[in-house]
Amino acid sequence: MTKEKIVLIGNGMAGVRSIEEIIKINPDRFHITIFGEEPYPNYNRIQLSKVLQGDTTIADITLNDWNWYEEQNIQLYPGEGVTRIDTETKCVHTTKDRTVQYDKLIIATGSVPFIIPVPGHENEGVTAFRDIKDCEKMIDASKQYKKASVIGGGLLGLEAARGLLNLGMEVNVIHLADFLMERQLDETAGKMLQKELEKQGMNFLMKKQTAEILGENRVEGIRFNDGEEIETDLVVMAVGIRPNTSLAKESGIAVNRGILVNDFMETNIPDVYAVGECAEHREIVYGLVAPLYEQGKAMAAHICDTPAPGYAGSVLSTQLKVSGVDVFSVGEIVEDEETKTIKMFDDWKGVYKKVLIRDGKMAGAVLFGDTSEGNKLLRLINKKADVEEYIGAAEEAADGASLVASMDDSELICGCNGVSKGTIMEAIKRDGLTTVDQVKACTSASRSCGGCKPLVVDLLAHTLGDGFDTSNQKEAICGCTTLSRDEVVEAIREKGLTHTKEVMNVLSWETDGGCSKCRPALNYYLGMINPKEYEDEKASKFVNERMHGNIQKDGTYSVVPRMYGGVTSADDLRKIADVADKYNVPLIKVTGGQRIDLFGVKKEDLPGMWADLDMPSGYAYGKTLRTVKTCVGESFCRFGTQDSMSMGIQMEKKFERIGTPHKVKMAVSACPRNCAESGIKDIGVVGVDGGWEIYVGGNGGTHLRAADLFCKVKTNEEVMEMTGAFMQYYREDAVYLERTAAWVERVGLDHIKEVLSDKATRDALNARIDEALSVTKEPWKEVIESEKIRKELYETELVSTTK
Amino acid sequence: MEKTLEKVRIASVADLPEKMGKTVRVGELELAVFKLGNGTVRAIENRCPHKGGVLAEGIVSGEHVFCPMHDWKICTTDGKVQAPDVGCVSTYKAVIEDGDVYLFI
Repeated sequence: MTKEKIVLIGNGMAGVRSIEEIIKINPDRFHITIFGEEPYPNYNRIQLSKVLQGDTTIADITLNDWNWYEEQNIQLYPGEGVTRIDTETKCVHTTKDRTVQYDKLIIATGSVPFIIPVPGHENEGVTAFRDIKDCEKMIDASKQYKKASVIGGGLLGLEAARGLLNLGMEVNVIHLADFLMERQLDETAGKMLQKELEKQGMNFLMKKQTAEILGENRVEGIRFNDGEEIETDLVVMAVGIRPNTSLAKESGIAVNRGILVNDFMETNIPDVYAVGECAEHREIVYGLVAPLYEQGKAMAAHICDTPAPGYAGSVLSTQLKVSGVDVFSVGEIVEDEETKTIKMFDDWKGVYKKVLIRDGKMAGAVLFGDTSEGNKLLRLINKKADVEEYIGAAEEAADGASLVASMDDSELICGCNGVSKGTIMEAIKRDGLTTVDQVKACTSASRSCGGCKPLVVDLLAHTLGDGFDTSNQKEAICGCTTLSRDEVVEAIREKGLTHTKEVMNVLSWETDGGCSKCRPALNYYLGMINPKEYEDEKASKFVNERMHGNIQKDGTYSVVPRMYGGVTSADDLRKIADVADKYNVPLIKVTGGQRIDLFGVKKEDLPGMWADLDMPSGYAYGKTLRTVKTCVGESFCRFGTQDSMSMGIQMEKKFERIGTPHKVKMAVSACPRNCAESGIKDIGVVGVDGGWEIYVGGNGGTHLRAADLFCKVKTNEEVMEMTGAFMQYYREDAVYLERTAAWVERVGLDHIKEVLSDKATRDALNARIDEALSVTKEPWKEVIESEKIRKELYETELVSTTK
Repeated sequence: MEKTLEKVRIASVADLPEKMGKTVRVGELELAVFKLGNGTVRAIENRCPHKGGVLAEGIVSGEHVFCPMHDWKICTTDGKVQAPDVGCVSTYKAVIEDGDVYLFI
């Protein structure tokens, strides 16, 4: 039986995503042919600016590599354009004189950059910023020339400008309007952005209209219509894009600004669809990726004959980072006589918010500097919520003081320790408390999980009113000192401090001998800074890490032998079973990290049991790599694309025993089904076709957090390199007891990415983690071999009396 | 009735780990014995008044021990639980004679 034929014109993001959606619904139904003018597989055009900045290769931004096309049995013709569509005979003709028949045709030709047709626009050194070829032109120019001009102060132009700065060029940005990104931002936000970018080294020429590109052959300068001229060696035109509709138009398909489509992305010609930037839906042409993907989904359902509601248009929202500045915009942003606004402007912190209201409903918003409210605003604006709903929610979130004010005195603030609002308020008033740390010390509120800390802050603000000073809320590492983590670490490095007692003496600790918070922290920092010289202080370790077992509520311990990657053997299982019998283990349980846990072991029995097991410690108790959970992967699974078990075992063998600020959990899944739950691990690796995705900062605990995609790599070696660098940076930068999830949120994923994007930095971090790893010892073995440790820590003195 | 105390030897000072606890069982009693940073020895009941945590495994700071279960801070000299928590544990007199540690039980 011959398959129905789909032909896709345009090998870009919208088109290929649509094909993916179709394959998802009907994997084998269609024979698919794709024509793409660029000689590359489908890549992420949004990230082109990263290629321009030089730290990212084309492979890094590739979305579907060559193998993908092959595996999906897609006939791809890269570097080949379609010249004509014959809608009568249902075939397309190409630049290479090929003719291909279709049953369904998808036009996804995207858009073309708009080149201002001024004299000189065809000079050498004038380029758009749309594809890889343009990037290459710009990179080449930066090697020979110095001065660059970007025409257009929209998102694309600013990204190009940032890239050119990074390439070491002097950059002028020429913009027609009087503020930047006028499509997404209002004047206030646009000017704030300009100020920030000026600080980064961009120069702006506002309200300038280009009249002529100067130069004989290669560009030498630009003349504006006010007569002013500037010199330049490179001109990047980023003034806008227009839907690429010429092929459709010539083939008799109805076109307005874009190719006209209905809710199923059908054009006026049967079996011809258009999707993406080239399509016009309900009078709107979309240029952002989210709506394009929605369109693709609606179209795929229609092509596959599955009932679906169709595409109903999108409210535009942009959340982006322009040169490190967070910007968000959604819906309507321009005020008129019928709109009202809620505005907040903090010039000092560089934060601005505007919410636009039409007829009492949420209609649009602009955020600058702090975009944390973005998702909430998007949701409210999408459903055209009453402004009351926003104000209610805003008060709750932004002004927590009013929330705590409305609470009853008997209501609990700290659920862990059962501390009520009344108790905290009384303590604040009675003892004159002014900081969270004092409240914590005095009432225990927020002492355990810390989740109620923001409420405690609000309660302090509420109780003290103007007397509450947010600036002294710097977090001291504990009540024994006023110094923060950074101050202590810096002092250790600078003064070359070598043990906890010395740190406490030199830095004038207020207590004798510190406390259960600072001592383990200092012990960690000292070891992290000087792995080779520092002698780990057993007395400064929390019981579990000192005893190398997990203490239980009755004072017994649990024992978890190492089982790399969660893979075991009949021999090991037999050994574990025998040991469990011998020591009368009351409970054997499989852990969440794919290990076997023997509970209820008496302290005195630990060394003997470890000796009988003759397996390394599974470190189920430590602030270190706990486990690398793995799925079975390609060796057995019919979906697995990678050998997840070997990868996981390799990681676990490499990083076991390394001390970290808090526990680190890892997982390796062989495919995006993620059976090893890589999405909620500190470091989660997911196999994809031809490589691995590395996710970081996930957490499945108290504060559930999905991990962020950190990078995509090809080989196991690269996984090890990135993991090592990430781990070491976390070791060096995080606060003791700060999980990667909190750390990633605090310092920002982009920051970590930036630091680790440099190969030399990664190498240095890996060298340091290797040094730290080189001095670790198998702790159970150490105990078995040392009579002194056994006697001091594990033996109970039995004394008889006459009574 | 007057209580008579029995003096028992539990270990030599050298055998006790510094700034750490040691579990000592004397008949039915379970004690936590600490050799503090200043060399003196303290003995308290090995049972936190909160939820019965084993104090011998706690972190020792000065004359205080932090219960390893929920971090209650207890004075090894007078047995008092430190604020914000309340309670106390029994204490036992400890002396060092000729390098040996004796308790009065």
